[in-house]
Amino acid sequence: MHPALSVIIFTTASGTGYGLLLLLILLNINGYLPASRGLGIAGFGISLTLITVGLLASTFHLGHPERAWRALSQWRSSWLSREGVVAVATYPVALMFAIGWIFLGNTSGIWGLSGFAAVLLAGLTVACTGMIYASLKTIPQWNTSLTPINYLALALTGGAVWLMALTQLFGLGGNLPALLSVILLPLAWALKQSYWTLIDKVPSQHTIGSATGLGALGEVTLLEPPHTEPNFVQKEMGFKVARRHAAKLRKTAVVLAFILPLAFTVGVLLTGGLLATLLALLAALSLVAGLLTERWLFFAEATHVSMLYYGNKG
Amino acid sequence: MTMLPENPSQKKLGLVIDLDTCVGCHACAVSCKEWNSGGHAAPLPDTNPYGKDPDGVWFNRIHTYEVSQPELGPTAGQTVHMPRSCLHCESPECVTVCPTGASYKRAEDGIVLVDEDKCIGCKLCSWACAYGAREYDPDGGVMKKCTLCVDRIYNENLSESERQPSCVTTCPAGARHFGDLGDAESEVSKLVDERGGFDLMAEIGFKPTNKYLPPRPKTNSGSSYRPLNIDQQATPDSRFLKWVDRLFSR
Repeated sequence: MHPALSVIIFTTASGTGYGLLLLLILLNINGYLPASRGLGIAGFGISLTLITVGLLASTFHLGHPERAWRALSQWRSSWLSREGVVAVATYPVALMFAIGWIFLGNTSGIWGLSGFAAVLLAGLTVACTGMIYASLKTIPQWNTSLTPINYLALALTGGAVWLMALTQLFGLGGNLPALLSVILLPLAWALKQSYWTLIDKVPSQHTIGSATGLGALGEVTLLEPPHTEPNFVQKEMGFKVARRHAAKLRKTAVVLAFILPLAFTVGVLLTGGLLATLLALLAALSLVAGLLTERWLFFAEATHVSMLYYGNKG
Repeated sequence: MTMLPENPSQKKLGLVIDLDTCVGCHACAVSCKEWNSGGHAAPLPDTNPYGKDPDGVWFNRIHTYEVSQPELGPTAGQTVHMPRSCLHCESPECVTVCPTGASYKRAEDGIVLVDEDKCIGCKLCSWACAYGAREYDPDGGVMKKCTLCVDRIYNENLSESERQPSCVTTCPAGARHFGDLGDAESEVSKLVDERGGFDLMAEIGFKPTNKYLPPRPKTNSGSSYRPLNIDQQATPDSRFLKWVDRLFSR
């Protein structure tokens, strides 16, 4: 699949934004983070900006961005529509909780309730993003429950590492955000690794023989393509990264998204003061680069069954 | 609504394409492009048509496959031309993934269409289609697809014989048939029964309405084939030619 920059930015930025929003609220509701005004402004500012930038980026690749509101209408059948609905619904409750935190210093009662709703909706939005891809039978690499699980794991991990960087900057929250990161980073790594193992192992049930229905007559090969220049379908669906580049990029993603942030986070736990803050920021930056690589690969490694008609053996 | 119709009619309009008769001339694709450049889904864009990298939307694409049987010898097998277009599936996931309601399946005859006024051009439907039948229009910012010539088949301004998809009326080999595949007694349903019509990528479960008729088995394929022995031909039979051969071989 063609790795469109707008979709890569959308899924990584808004994923991390929702993860940060979710953990910020959850830790506060449970009494692990004080409702400090500075942290509130920075935390909600960054998470809601990431979410908004992501959502706006996702509309850049639309042919008619001005009609994007129509995408909220078909939630009964479409995961993309469901994602839109819960993404929009997250805003008012998250903003309400943020108002309680920042202006009133109050995150209990009705404010806390709206925060709880925001946590739920943020999680649902990320799950819906994963399901958009997981529900496509036409892309065997995505058509697995590991897809939404990975989207959730990476959003939470991104959120935890960014929360660690923020709380370090404000000197709040103690070691809890770092401890969360130390737990979530290896977990997300293991889940991503099992996703890669799965897509390497499981052969597609679709072949050029089954696609053309001619498999029973003999071995099918493409003799002549229908056109000399690649068409939309080939440009959109035919992108495929070479296996040897994929292996290298997977290693790069693992180092940047998991190993380095993990090492920096351990450093945060072992040191303190300015050095710990610096390490936490490095962890967050490395993770961003790692997630962008991982997300590029998520698209580039995915193959579409329509390419069987263009000669892929399957 | 991108939910599939709850009470669809029995009518399932579609095509039956005979792979035994198709000669791979691409006339269906050309005639489709011509009709639909002015029809329901018009315009069909062409970007840089005379330049280095021409591109454009076509609803019909004709692939040519080789089906070989290596175990029967190097020449066993056949060439099969396969015109491909939207199959107007019974469970079209290109419709259900649409977030706006632009893609829909008609309850009355099963035709899958795009309402271009509602399409936001997110391209998700093209990802959900297993057959690569949907092509994006970068000029209009909307998705395009085969309409089964919905603007011809019910068009009372056309003579009755012309109320068929453009690709069908054009095919010089008579390889394309249009009709109601929901009616077991229709000509197309009978053809499918008689010839063992099949679905493309049946295992993915989208239940295409369009059917393909398999090429008939070749009668002279496989081991019966004897290539000409060039060396034998070069050795003359008659006494006179042998003398000439000896003369020139010195």
